[in-house]
Amino acid sequence: MSLTDIADIAGMVLLVLGSTLTLVAAIAVLRFQDLLSRMHAATKPQVLGLTLMMAGLALSVRNPVVVWTLVLVVAFQLITAPISAHMVGRAGYRTGKVNSEALVVDELTQDLEASENLSDEEVERRIAVLDRDLARSDGARPDDGRPHDGRHDATGPGGL
Amino acid sequence: MTATLVFAYCLVAIGVAALVAIVRMEKGPTMLDRVVALDVVTAAVLGAVALISARSGRTDLVPVLVVLAIVGFVGSVTIARFAAVEAPEEARILTKEELAEVLAREHALSDEDAPVHDPDADDGPDGPDGQDRPDADDDEAEARSLDARLDGDAQEGGR
Repeated sequence: MSLTDIADIAGMVLLVLGSTLTLVAAIAVLRFQDLLSRMHAATKPQVLGLTLMMAGLALSVRNPVVVWTLVLVVAFQLITAPISAHMVGRAGYRTGKVNSEALVVDELTQDLEASENLSDEEVERRIAVLDRDLARSDGARPDDGRPHDGRHDATGPGGL
Repeated sequence: MTATLVFAYCLVAIGVAALVAIVRMEKGPTMLDRVVALDVVTAAVLGAVALISARSGRTDLVPVLVVLAIVGFVGSVTIARFAAVEAPEEARILTKEELAEVLAREHALSDEDAPVHDPDADDGPDGPDGQDRPDADDDEAEARSLDARLDGDAQEGGR
């Protein structure tokens, strides 16, 4: 049994594992009840399943150019999958599709409730404190910190 | 022979996975569930292209994998961004009365904006102000009551 035979068999095993994981994850996406549960299931073929299949393809083809292109594919997927998952989760939360009572840890709801209990004066005071800290940290250019807020710029130490 | 059977199993598994994800995409109660299913379909297509490339030794299919990875990401982010601004009353078909209320609210808002775009509106110190103020207050109150009624309807529909 030569080295290429071993690579072929290992590649086939990885392809089988990746496609089986994709099938299991798709069934989970169909059967789970919650948006967040479905997102949890959907990340498996996106990252682990794709990595397995790309490794299997690389072991089957054994061409350096192809192998590095497949590394690029996996890198792209590792970068972009969290972005889309973040956007979907954020949109789901903002449009009220996340059941907060079903979550074990829900820090966003706690933070939002805490911020709603603050009065307007307290919010203004905290913004002023942040502005002062910002102006102190880079005193040379205090205007760059809050370009959209003319009032705070005018009262800042370097604003006039 | 064994290799053919293994690749056939892989293709069938990926095809069934894509079909199951499409079933979720059809059933998905919200737009975001469909986006999640779309991600799974994209991963299945990536796997299918990888399988074909591995079986036939066609390395020219590898750039297709790169393009698919990028395009799937763009699509799901765009749809998630679109779903973020989806209002509760837009998630279902409006009845005739609700549509009339929404149109009336838009009309009120456009009336409210009209004096801003009219340069001749405040040429006198007391005349136009005395006429415009009550109208604007009426429009604001009307829009607020419409908001409250629409919210109440949406909550009743949700339960």
